[in-house]
Amino acid sequence: MAQAMAGDEPAYCSLLVELSQHLRAFCRRRLAHMPAEVEDLVQETLLAIHNQRHTYDPGRPFTAWAHAIARYKLVDLLRRRSRREMLTDGLDHESELLGDTDLDASEAARDLGLLLQTLPDRQRLPIVHVKIDGLSVAEAAARTGMSVSAVKVGIHRGLRALAARLSNDR
Amino acid sequence: MKTAALIDLLSRAENPVARHALLRRFATAVSLGAAGALLLFFIRLRVNPGLADMLVMPAFWIKVGFTMSTFVAALAVATRLARPGVAVGRAGLWMCAPILVVWMLMTMALVQADPAARLPLVMGTTSRTCPMNIAILSLPIMVATIWALRGLAPTKLRAAGGVAGLCAGALGAAIYGLHCPELEAPFLGVWYVIGMTLPAMLGAWLGPRMLRW
Repeated sequence: MAQAMAGDEPAYCSLLVELSQHLRAFCRRRLAHMPAEVEDLVQETLLAIHNQRHTYDPGRPFTAWAHAIARYKLVDLLRRRSRREMLTDGLDHESELLGDTDLDASEAARDLGLLLQTLPDRQRLPIVHVKIDGLSVAEAAARTGMSVSAVKVGIHRGLRALAARLSNDR
Repeated sequence: MKTAALIDLLSRAENPVARHALLRRFATAVSLGAAGALLLFFIRLRVNPGLADMLVMPAFWIKVGFTMSTFVAALAVATRLARPGVAVGRAGLWMCAPILVVWMLMTMALVQADPAARLPLVMGTTSRTCPMNIAILSLPIMVATIWALRGLAPTKLRAAGGVAGLCAGALGAAIYGLHCPELEAPFLGVWYVIGMTLPAMLGAWLGPRMLRW
């Protein structure tokens, strides 16, 4: 993680891959009664870990930090669910059961790609150009007519907004 | 979007994280909040004309030490609560220590005092305005500390909000000390503590509402 925080791209990627496997096992165990939520929670936690990486202290164990985030996101999910279930009736529950059975193992029920489309252009375009098309920040700035710092801010705010939407729109 | 695609997205071309980002955020917040509180101070109150005389009294420095050490300890606890997976630990005890010391001094002063003099020691001359003034001065600092936490990752939202409020209350009390004529421990132990507790309670109420991430 310390390497990743210093900007080492391959190290960060392999860290996230390994982390996602641990997270999936963690979420499966905790969400045994709602398997459709597992991958959603994995993605939400990964996004949170990315967005909150500045709160990691390199002098402390990484696993404790990541685990605390996963637990926070799990509790948050369960709280949201229980609040929603108090408001809805059983019918909703059944249709959900039928609808979610055929999911690809690593495909979340809630599509981040679609959610990305709902962001304003100043956040969506920097994310699409830099994070998906693989342009450099400078190239993305030239293409969108935004300043370099506006592109960076757009990515940062966009990913935070995405995380906020994930946890609010359930 | 598959999880693999999300990982690609997150790991691509990332800016390195600024070093000490968390501490810097708190430093910015506290500076701005303190500036706001000082502005409020000079609009609403004025520096006590007897301040120069008080500077030589130990009781004045006990008061400064009480408010400032509570502030520093609460800030330390807040930085721990802002990091997932970090236990508050001993920092929590340090945060309570200044208040306990003042209560001890208060008890000693009240025991030694003549029974008829006890109530005046507690009430001083400004007890009616003191807690409210502290709470009002702490508001800009509280806005700043809550802002700082909103960009970080507290997992115990009520505790984090409460400590952010206590931190603001203690610094607000330190600033109010420039105006306040009271120096007796019994006064501090009651009215300053109430003044610092009000923002702490407000913060604990705001925490779960404003600090979710």
